[in-house]
Amino acid sequence: MTNTDRIKQSLAKRYKRERRFQWYGRAAVFAGFAFLVVLMLDIFTKAYPAFFIHYVKLDVAYTAEALDLEEGATEFDNANFRGATRDAIYALFPEVSKRKDKRDLAKLFSSEAEFQVRNRLLNNPSLFGSTTSVWVLLDDDVDSYLQSGSKTARLNETQLAHVQTLQDAGRIERRFNTVFFSTGDSREPEIAGVLGATMGSIFTVTVCLLVAFPIGVLAAVYLEEFAPQNRWVDLIEININNLAAVPSIVFGLLGLAVFINFFGMPRSAPVVGGLVLALMTLPTIIISSRSAIKAVPPSIREAALGVGASKMQTVFQHVVPLAMPGILTGTIIGMAQALGETAPLLMIGMVAFIVDIPQGFTDSATVLPIQIYLWADSPERTFVAKTSAAIVVLLAFLVCMNALAVFLRKKFEKNW
Amino acid sequence: MAEKPDMHQALGETVGDIFVDNPKMSTRNTNVFYGEKQAIHNVSLDFGKNSVVALIGPSGCGKSTFLRCLNRMNDTIPICRVEGDLKLDDEDIYAKDMDPVLLRARVGMVFQKPNPFPKSIYDNVAYGARLHGLARTRAELDEIVVSSLQRAGLFEEVKDRLQSPGTGLSGGQQQRLCIARTIAVSPEVILMDEPASALDPIATAIIEELIDELRSKYTIAIVTHSMQQAARVSQRTAYFHMGRLVEVGETNQIFTNPQHELTENYITGRFG
Ligand SMILES: Nc1ncnc2c1ncn2[C@@H]1O[C@H](COP(=O)(O)OP(=O)(O)O)[C@@H](O)[C@H]1O
Ligand SMILES: [Mg+2]
Repeated sequence: MTNTDRIKQSLAKRYKRERRFQWYGRAAVFAGFAFLVVLMLDIFTKAYPAFFIHYVKLDVAYTAEALDLEEGATEFDNANFRGATRDAIYALFPEVSKRKDKRDLAKLFSSEAEFQVRNRLLNNPSLFGSTTSVWVLLDDDVDSYLQSGSKTARLNETQLAHVQTLQDAGRIERRFNTVFFSTGDSREPEIAGVLGATMGSIFTVTVCLLVAFPIGVLAAVYLEEFAPQNRWVDLIEININNLAAVPSIVFGLLGLAVFINFFGMPRSAPVVGGLVLALMTLPTIIISSRSAIKAVPPSIREAALGVGASKMQTVFQHVVPLAMPGILTGTIIGMAQALGETAPLLMIGMVAFIVDIPQGFTDSATVLPIQIYLWADSPERTFVAKTSAAIVVLLAFLVCMNALAVFLRKKFEKNW
Repeated sequence: MAEKPDMHQALGETVGDIFVDNPKMSTRNTNVFYGEKQAIHNVSLDFGKNSVVALIGPSGCGKSTFLRCLNRMNDTIPICRVEGDLKLDDEDIYAKDMDPVLLRARVGMVFQKPNPFPKSIYDNVAYGARLHGLARTRAELDEIVVSSLQRAGLFEEVKDRLQSPGTGLSGGQQQRLCIARTIAVSPEVILMDEPASALDPIATAIIEELIDELRSKYTIAIVTHSMQQAARVSQRTAYFHMGRLVEVGETNQIFTNPQHELTENYITGRFG
């Protein structure tokens, strides 16, 4: 047997092994991808109903009589919009007369309806004196019944018949759910929205970024470029690495003790949440920035020093800009972590039920992952869809952040 | 590689004349340590004005280390310690009041691997001038950039694309760009650490020609592993061996009639 034969024999074996390995690799990729697809499908199908909501048309009489007002009134502060709304509802079903049946009928409509009726008039006072169609929300039970078509124990046969009557009369319309994107949390599932939590997340992540990015980058630059090589610096390095592995809830406890109890900062506020998350993301940013700085070729440093740049100038004119893509990658990973973090924020009271949309860094707020957690805990069927929809919003938020990161990285990356 | 046993004993006093009249730079009893390890032993050498000194020797003998003492580039290595008397125009370059930043503006350096900044050709050359505020107006800066590129023999090749990236040039062009960047701050001395070792023969020839021209304005010290190159560009040659300066002399004399056995072995190619 010649050498060539031997090699040929072993070659066949080697190629076979390579092919087998490639198949393992493909299987692994496929498995990962399949999980992702299943997860996404599940979330999106569950979330889908939450993006639509049913409106019902009422013919509201904006008359002085219906609103319990004096003839010719111009102020609507004392107007009885609830009464007018009820009247409009009862007018649709003249045959309903018993008190209990009337109450059942009124239950088909959202408690928000009277406010929609009121807002319509306040926005357009010229309607006073006329009868106008107003589209108002249905109760969440009716809405989810219409979405899914399956009956629930929460609606009796008469109520279902009423809904059918309204549908047949063309008074019910399915629309894109703008309410979901323009309100805060609510006890009424049909008007609970993600805007409050989204704003909370934006404020919190902004604080986190503004605190963690400069501190993290400066710490990394100092440790990498200026710090003397001694035991203290080694100790700090070990501690930073350990800090990255600390469970996040511990940072929440720290935030509670330091920022709220000691410094007296407000509870449930994005500023405190941001600070806590900044503590949590600092190690991530420092570690990735350090490796990005380390990866800048020493020849660039020598070039700058060689023409007489000072250490400072070398670092900030050459090293940091060249490390920027890597620094940004680390920062975005840190921000993505912060955006999805729940545990530490529970500790500082960002889990409260907050209806108002936060307007600033010190308003009470909650964040998207906590909103998801709160809704996932609610029994109403509508909240199942809202939970998934909020997850979709959170994912969209993440995708936007990543897109921004990719854009910035492309900008800083000098591919020459 | 047959080394005679007495060779290491012979490593002691430098053979040849380390002195020149009116030197631009001078070093006396230079010792360099990396931590505990001594990389340069007691080297004394003068660098004359408007002349090229070639530093040759087997790799790891300390040529780069010695060269980097001359503009205090070794300061950037924390474990590196330099002892001895090193002077630029009678100024002690390791004196407390000597600013290494200023020193490096006066003693420029060209490195082994071309290392242009990832910026435009113009910005590469203008960088030092901007840094030290050498130009007051845009026109002055333009003037510096153009004349530096001209002296580096690169201007004709890049004059139409000064705004394109310096890293897009060929290796030889990049190295000339680095030379232009160095001379743009009008240094008095230029240190070159194997400037042509990463280049092809044609680019090398261009760089060698350039070095010969630059001699009229600058004092030049060049490390090279090519003896032909040393012979072509330098007036004096210093042969290093294991951290010691073994022999120094006129380049002609070193290559035709070396005094020390080690030098002879090296230049006849018996080791290195
Ligand atoms: N940064 C450094 N740290 C420790 N030792 C070094 C360093 N740079 C060079 N040396 C050592 O110093 C000696 C001389 O190196 P160098 O000056 O680079 O030699 P050459 O340039 O002649 O090849 C070598 O033994 C090398 O290992
Ligand atoms: Mg070297």
